Amino acid sequence: MNNQGRMAETIRFFYVIVQQRKLANPMEKKFIYLDHGASTPVHPQVLAAMLPYWTEIYGNDASSHAQGRQSSRALNASRETIAHLLNAQPDEIVFTGCGSESDNMALLGVMHLARQQNRGNHLIISCIEHSAVLKTAVLLRDSFNFDLTILPVDHDGKVNPADVAAAIRPDTALISIMAANNEIGTMQPVAEIGAIARAHGVLFHTDAVQAATVRRWDMAALPIDLMSLAPHKFYGPKGVGLLYVRRGIELFPTLTGGGQENGRRAGTSNIAFAVGAAEALQLVNDELESRLAHYTALTQQLIEGLTQAFPDDCILTGHPTDRLAHNASFAFRHLSGNDLLMHLDMAGIGASSGSACKTGNPKPSATLEAIGLEPAWTKGGLRLTVGTSITAEDIAYTVDTLKTIVPRLQKLKNQ
Amino acid sequence: MTLNLPDTLNPNRVVVAMSGGVDSSVTAALLVEQGYDVVGMMMRLWSEPGCGPDSPANRCCTPDQMADAQRVADQLGIPFYVIDVQDHFRNTIVQFFIDEHALGRTPNPCIECNRQIRFTHLFNQALALDANYLATGHYARVKQTESGYQLLQGVDAHKDQAYVLHMLTQEHLAHVLFPVGEYTKAEVRQLAEKYKLPVASKSESQDLCFLGDGDYRRFLREYGAETAVSGPILTSTGEELGQHQGLPAYTIGQRKGLGVSTPQPVFVLRKDIKQNALIVGSREELGQRSLIARDVSWIAGSAPPSDKIVSTKIRYKAQPMPVQIEKVANGRFRVKFLESVFGITAGQGAVFFDGEQCLGGGIIDDFEETA
Repeated sequence: MNNQGRMAETIRFFYVIVQQRKLANPMEKKFIYLDHGASTPVHPQVLAAMLPYWTEIYGNDASSHAQGRQSSRALNASRETIAHLLNAQPDEIVFTGCGSESDNMALLGVMHLARQQNRGNHLIISCIEHSAVLKTAVLLRDSFNFDLTILPVDHDGKVNPADVAAAIRPDTALISIMAANNEIGTMQPVAEIGAIARAHGVLFHTDAVQAATVRRWDMAALPIDLMSLAPHKFYGPKGVGLLYVRRGIELFPTLTGGGQENGRRAGTSNIAFAVGAAEALQLVNDELESRLAHYTALTQQLIEGLTQAFPDDCILTGHPTDRLAHNASFAFRHLSGNDLLMHLDMAGIGASSGSACKTGNPKPSATLEAIGLEPAWTKGGLRLTVGTSITAEDIAYTVDTLKTIVPRLQKLKNQ
Repeated sequence: MTLNLPDTLNPNRVVVAMSGGVDSSVTAALLVEQGYDVVGMMMRLWSEPGCGPDSPANRCCTPDQMADAQRVADQLGIPFYVIDVQDHFRNTIVQFFIDEHALGRTPNPCIECNRQIRFTHLFNQALALDANYLATGHYARVKQTESGYQLLQGVDAHKDQAYVLHMLTQEHLAHVLFPVGEYTKAEVRQLAEKYKLPVASKSESQDLCFLGDGDYRRFLREYGAETAVSGPILTSTGEELGQHQGLPAYTIGQRKGLGVSTPQPVFVLRKDIKQNALIVGSREELGQRSLIARDVSWIAGSAPPSDKIVSTKIRYKAQPMPVQIEKVANGRFRVKFLESVFGITAGQGAVFFDGEQCLGGGIIDDFEETA
């Protein structure tokens, strides 16, 4: 074994030691991480798969020598694995830097090329898109004079496919509707919307950054033309995103240079993260059923626990059943998401809120407003997103903690 | 000012009110060093919107101050949270500031903020997190004695802030910590450097935090416009000397900027709200021998004997003056100065001391009633 190999072995060894120490030291205060919608820990298998590509295989995949060839092989293998898992072709997979970049590449790439080729000027999105889509669409409207239609959602956060059909114009170039909402977890009828788009000859992009952790994708069968994924949402590394681009679709290049990624995204390929992305998606595929059963049991426990504890002051937000299995999102009447997060953090629980703001200037959640909640509720969003390491005991503790916190905060508000 | 003490208080936990400044940063560092379970907290307060090119935030909680406080908290390894108090602050402190000026008084918003926000709202936030203590960067000390808690001035005579804490009760004092009160400002700066806090060289904050530009007269014109009606400037015998620009723009004892020409310098004596008149007179007329304080609270729970000579500060930076205090009615006390004092201003705090011990205090009532 060479030096690099020994180093990788050493790192693996320490990783195991750290994990064992965690188990052996139950006195150390446990932190219950219920923010898997924000990011997830890297799966040990993903980390192990990535490790050789820091110090052992580090060549630039564009180089023709042996190191470069090894990198190139790993990159191709990762792309093939991902393509296989999505039932797509390798040349349909673009590695990007993050989910936001994938969204930007899809929207900017489609719209600018449509204009250049005189094929369209109009874009359709929903009002609860992630800001990576929403702000990019608004930028296209405000700075590049594209027309933008922003569709409403119903009380469950669903886009009505009939609204999509009605919004399509002769110059519509792209429809971008997220596969599942990041805040309230509602799944959108992407197959139906995609079919409508296809019937009208319009491209369809979906931001599947949240949804990728709870389902498989058959891109050969689904009427989806472009799809954004972010491996760090499913136990892969941060710093890598994926964009599926159906064969035959050209994009106006948004990052030009060395011609990597089939000319779609310049910049030296990030082999380790591509390998991690592939391994993480492989694990989603391999463990999907058991993960879903685990997530569903935990979120049901949360939903029942909290809505029964606070029948008048806590509601489930988003669709009651057609939602991300790992997402339990709520609104608390007259409370502030900021205060809930602070008290949960002090109790050793990490959560998030679409209404929260680290600078203490909370605004009502735009998503909660979009689903028609009254102002009494829109500052009190709370999103709890479970993961593979969360247990039923963790959830019971969380529900108990909120049973203490919520009445205290209600009392503070009433002073 | 009631506190909600939960039965689950964590005896070692302390919430530090952090501002991103030197004093509160050193407060947090000292408490971490003393082994407390420290939680940093900052209040997001209201400020004038759209004043100046880039001043959307209250100057005591701008993004910069917040980032500074966050950096200090990160360095100390403590959690740090920002809580939203914007509406509450606007509706109580800022509106109070406007209303009091409209009534011809010169309020001290810092005293009201301590009374209505910091040592109530923030205190209850801290208690709700099971914190046993709220700590602030005030230069004051708490001493536990057999007869109860005493509030003492900070050891730095130039920085003493017991004045703005006079409303605290025994219940508060049992649950507050003022670690920098044991040090001088110079020592606090040295401590900041010793702890390598990124805020060691920051300058003092001065003006009212919610003003966009430090100009409270402009602020009152814009936010209390109906009160800024010009009227006569009168002598105490009723002779008209000129016109004033609206009573809120003047302070008691003010000499410059009155826009009247007289052989002898004249000073603002008082404001006659009923006639919308500014009453001026000679320096001798400005001198007073007594005032009435309202909303008086006593840290020990009761007033000192009326024959005891104590001292009174009639504003934050005033010299303490010897006085005797006698009760007039509930919460109202007559403060009799042993010698003439100048610049007694309705709305300011009258705070009572026995040596370095703060006995309590109240708010100086309208001039007319003190005559």
